[in-house]
Amino acid sequence: MNREDFSMLENNIIYFDNGATTLKPKPVVNAVIDYYTKYTANAHRGDYNISQIVDSKYEEVRDEVKDFIKASRRDEIVFTKGTTESINTVVFGFMNTYLQEKDEVLITKSEHASNILPWLELAKRKGIVVKFIPLNENHEVTIDNIEKVITSKTKVISLAHVTNVVGDIRPIEEIGKLCKDKNILFVVDAAQSIGHLPIDVVKCNISFLGFSAHKMLGPTGIGVLYGKYELLNKLSPIEYGGGMNSYFESSGELEYKDLPERLEAGTQNIAGVLGMGEAIKYLKKIGLDNIHKYEVELKKYAVTRLKEVPNIKIYNANSNSGIIVFNINKIFSQDLAAFLNHFNICVRAGNHCAKIVKEEINVSNTCRASFYFYNTKEEIDALVDALKKQDKIFDIIL
Amino acid sequence: MDEKLKRDIILDNYQNPMNRGLTDSNGYIKVNTRNSSCVDNVDVMAKLKDGVFIDIRFDGEACAISTSATSIMIKTLIGKTIAETEKIIDNYEKMINEEEEYDKDLLGELCVYDTVSKQPSRKKCATLPFESIKKIIALAKDTK
Ligand SMILES: Cc1ncc(COP(=O)(O)O)c(C=O)c1O
Repeated sequence: MNREDFSMLENNIIYFDNGATTLKPKPVVNAVIDYYTKYTANAHRGDYNISQIVDSKYEEVRDEVKDFIKASRRDEIVFTKGTTESINTVVFGFMNTYLQEKDEVLITKSEHASNILPWLELAKRKGIVVKFIPLNENHEVTIDNIEKVITSKTKVISLAHVTNVVGDIRPIEEIGKLCKDKNILFVVDAAQSIGHLPIDVVKCNISFLGFSAHKMLGPTGIGVLYGKYELLNKLSPIEYGGGMNSYFESSGELEYKDLPERLEAGTQNIAGVLGMGEAIKYLKKIGLDNIHKYEVELKKYAVTRLKEVPNIKIYNANSNSGIIVFNINKIFSQDLAAFLNHFNICVRAGNHCAKIVKEEINVSNTCRASFYFYNTKEEIDALVDALKKQDKIFDIIL
Repeated sequence: MDEKLKRDIILDNYQNPMNRGLTDSNGYIKVNTRNSSCVDNVDVMAKLKDGVFIDIRFDGEACAISTSATSIMIKTLIGKTIAETEKIIDNYEKMINEEEEYDKDLLGELCVYDTVSKQPSRKKCATLPFESIKKIIALAKDTK
């Protein structure tokens, strides 16, 4: 779909690393260029025409985001540099005071580093306990398994909506309901789902949610932290400075602004925000349901075709997203990626920043092909053809 | 060296590496080294006697370049003194980084990696075993 909108696709590459970052369509690139060529100015200064344009466009994006994730208030949307900053802000701006020693946080072994390390760090600093929800035979989270590990000390469940190695979709609506019943906060890492699946933060009872624009057609260095107003309002800023204060005196008397400005200190990534706004409009036009349906179709096609490849092992044939992880027997994943690079096929090798998922899938390094709506079955055919030439790997990469 | 010969040497050392597998015997210094792009993960252990490497062994998960480089390094360094080893490392790094002239005779088979810098992502793989040996030398000097 829509391949003509992506200049990168004119470079003779097959881009299967959308889990790492997606390509950017022309309207997104143009929104960034327009900011730098037609109305460069800082936001929230409003003293002249172009600065007013910036202000209103910047704040319009907040409304776009609010509608996109179905939040109830615009001041629940805070711009960050991405998922990593969003989760860290929640952990070190809110959870560090909300949680007490021995309180339990539930995560899984297939989370990305950015949804594990902040919690492990808080465990070191405050003595909270991080527990792993056991996964089923397909490496999925089930409500039963969550219920088994919940105790009276469980205060938070923090999960990716879609994981970045297995690519499984978590039943977040049911988990949200469970959290409501048990009075548990629910943190969702939407990095891998945001440009692929619709989300409703209210219906899913999500306390905090983070995502990055660059994984949903937008620029790098920009993302979102959503927080339920009553919770977000108790989050202490990590950064202090311009833009977030109402006034301050030499006496030390000071007042910070209301949400969301209080959590957006300093000059923001304005070009990034405007690009992200355009990405959301673009995604809405295609429709996330259509995108998901098409990705699942690509994945099914890829699984069927890849089974023709000798010596292949696919680790997540069943997951219902556009991510497929595999290895060729006796070939190290990084060597395989270098081999595919020779055919201009971009896949990612390694552990994909999910360094403990190896305890789940029993392999520490894999190749990952992650699809998006601009990928095609013909590109998957090219991957299969290349993999069938595996005998030639060392002639090519050495 | 001819490209085909280089490839054969690398492949042979990848598929049948020297001294793969660790030992529980006493007297070894053991280190773990990982590629910062988070893929290779290799343990190297070495035994020194009077400042000479009398045994070096390794194990772990690593790509073709890094595994073969470990194997060739082990072949090259067993029997060498720490001072000789440091000189080899210095010349090897010059070769990998295409910096200046280096001593080809000193490097011997290690010269098979003289074009690895054409693939910048593989440079780290080729130098990984030497990172381990450098750590081992530092530890050996420390305990003296
Ligand atoms: C599941 C998941 N969470 C978090 C992140 C981190 O996103 P970012 O690097 O944009 O902060 C990623 C990115 O790879 C991811 O896949």
